[in-house]
Amino acid sequence: MKKFMATSLVAVLFTMTIPAMAELNVFACEPEWASLASEIGGERIRTYSATTAFQDPHHIEARPSLIARVRRADLVICSGAELEVGWLPLLQRQAGNPSVLPGKPGYFEAAAMVERLDIPVVLDRSVGDVHAQGNPHVHLDPRRIQGIARALQTRLIEIDPDGKAYYQSRLIDFNQRWQQATEQWQYQAKKLKGTRIVVHHRDWVYLFDWLGIQIAGALEPKPGLPTSVGHLLSLKQALASNPAAMIVHTTYQNPRAAKRLAQMTNIPVVELPYTVGGDERVTDLFSLFDVTIQRLMDGLQ
Amino acid sequence: MKTKSLFLGAIVFACFNSISYASKLSGINPDISLTLDGRYGSYSNAGDYELPGFMLGSEASRGEKGFYLGHNELSISANIDDMFYGKFTTAITEHEAKTEVELEEAYIETPALGYGVTVKAGRFYSDVGYLNNQHGHAWDFADAPLIYRGLFANQLLDDGLQVSWLAPTDIYFKLGIESTRGERFPAGGAANDGRGANAVFAEFGGDVGVSHAWQLGFSHWRADVVGRTAGAHAHGTTSEIPTFTGDSRISGIDFVWKWAPNGNKHERNLKIQAEYFVRDENGRVDMAGSSPLETSTYEGEQSGWYLQTVYQFKPRWRIGYRYDRLRADNTGSDPSVLTEASLDDKDHTPERSTLMLDYSHSEYSRIRMQYARDKSYTDSDNLFFLQYIVTLGAHSAHRF
Repeated sequence: MKKFMATSLVAVLFTMTIPAMAELNVFACEPEWASLASEIGGERIRTYSATTAFQDPHHIEARPSLIARVRRADLVICSGAELEVGWLPLLQRQAGNPSVLPGKPGYFEAAAMVERLDIPVVLDRSVGDVHAQGNPHVHLDPRRIQGIARALQTRLIEIDPDGKAYYQSRLIDFNQRWQQATEQWQYQAKKLKGTRIVVHHRDWVYLFDWLGIQIAGALEPKPGLPTSVGHLLSLKQALASNPAAMIVHTTYQNPRAAKRLAQMTNIPVVELPYTVGGDERVTDLFSLFDVTIQRLMDGLQ
Repeated sequence: MKTKSLFLGAIVFACFNSISYASKLSGINPDISLTLDGRYGSYSNAGDYELPGFMLGSEASRGEKGFYLGHNELSISANIDDMFYGKFTTAITEHEAKTEVELEEAYIETPALGYGVTVKAGRFYSDVGYLNNQHGHAWDFADAPLIYRGLFANQLLDDGLQVSWLAPTDIYFKLGIESTRGERFPAGGAANDGRGANAVFAEFGGDVGVSHAWQLGFSHWRADVVGRTAGAHAHGTTSEIPTFTGDSRISGIDFVWKWAPNGNKHERNLKIQAEYFVRDENGRVDMAGSSPLETSTYEGEQSGWYLQTVYQFKPRWRIGYRYDRLRADNTGSDPSVLTEASLDDKDHTPERSTLMLDYSHSEYSRIRMQYARDKSYTDSDNLFFLQYIVTLGAHSAHRF
């Protein structure tokens, strides 16, 4: 036993390599934040995304590999607003890395940087798994992304003051491109204003708020609860008198419920990428909105 | 309709909400959570439970018959300040129509020490083994594996200090040591001026692709035991209590493999878990209360393992199977004393097969059915459990 431990310790010390460059290790809870961090941090940071577009960020295992990543992180970027409440606190507590604990500069909560929607009036679990600080899926509104990008730049400068000029110029460049793209998206999506769409979970609140889309209903009877036949029937009834243009779901949600409702109502189903990596064409935040708006427009036809 | 107006209300509220630039979003402080656990048990055998070859602690039993309450726990935890985290868990249980309060956890921890080092002090579940540091309500079955029942009286819990170090590597590697009082089962007597038990553990872990994750652990526990008594044993009308004094060592290996398609565990996931422990003991067994004192030298080796797999085949529904097996080889100068102390294995190999089906309506509630073909004691039995476990309050975060 002891011999085994001694050999493994030596092996671990041997494989420990310290990077030569003073790069910041950025641990992003979700791919959208890894992408945003790359936009602002460029070559001064190395990003790692804890999740992919195919994983529900509400339900992630506090895996050993994630603890190991947080251990070496200089900055942890997450949505916050309790989205990661089931796993992030465990990673932070077990990693032995004080610089990324809540309240420290190394912990960046994107949702805390912007105004949030869906802040519950009543906090009661009988209405589902609601987040006390509001809806955490803030990355689907380009206006909010801009605010978060600015806050992230400030935070990067705080952690890595040597890179101040670099981060500032990256932000200016990003803002320029983002502003332009936002205007174009808004133009492309003009027709979506007032459209009624059925959602799986309320992941789309910020996107819809931005584009003026109305939520015609949710496949989840209550946030976090799987759909039921009874709930689909009541949705069908509601949609009969007040129809919707499409049903949307993310890559990590099972499309079965959406397809079932589509069969019942003849409303088309549209899968949206939700985040970076959710479609092979979605490689960054820009293409995320490109594809999302294109899919929504296609769904409208 | 109600949810719709709620939603509109939320939006209106959000528009007037100007404190959204808070530096940190957090729930209430501290986190308070209450776990409710109720059961119905059914089995045939009457009389005291025995695990041949193992001296059992007082909490090691197969449960009650009929309706009864499990561990109803109140847990309070929070960051104390920027250096310390604290947790307190108390369980209220019923034992022979008396309500008992058990202090399960009361510790402080230093997540902010840095360099991967974390110090924990107080009463805590040992990091020996895989299942041990998890709360019973987080287990996948209604009861502990037989080897946990046999060696630890379900769970190894002690008062002391733990220091662990997490290596700054991509592969998860954690080393830890524990020094504890050694008064509680399976130690006893708080030897060495209240530093009677020590443990070391090493954990490795990582991912294989995006769909698989694993963890492997090694642990070793050692105690100077002074007068460990076995509970839950009546031998006729006498009140002779088997008592062990000597050296006790436990070594263990544990392995967990988890799979979820694309790492998305919400829809479907599979967990395979196995642990093996072996205990060596060397010393003396007395029958306290006997006159003249019945005593024997005692050299024991007890070992056991379990393998379990739990599959969530659709959201909310999980099915599981567990197989347990134990082995004991105990010798001493007076075999009749060992027999009285339940250390005679009676040429019986304890084993058990368990099937489980549970339904979780939400993350906070679970209803479980469990059936076991129990051959852990000499009379085989069929065990059936129906159980609910629900959590009120803070969102539970479960370890890997």
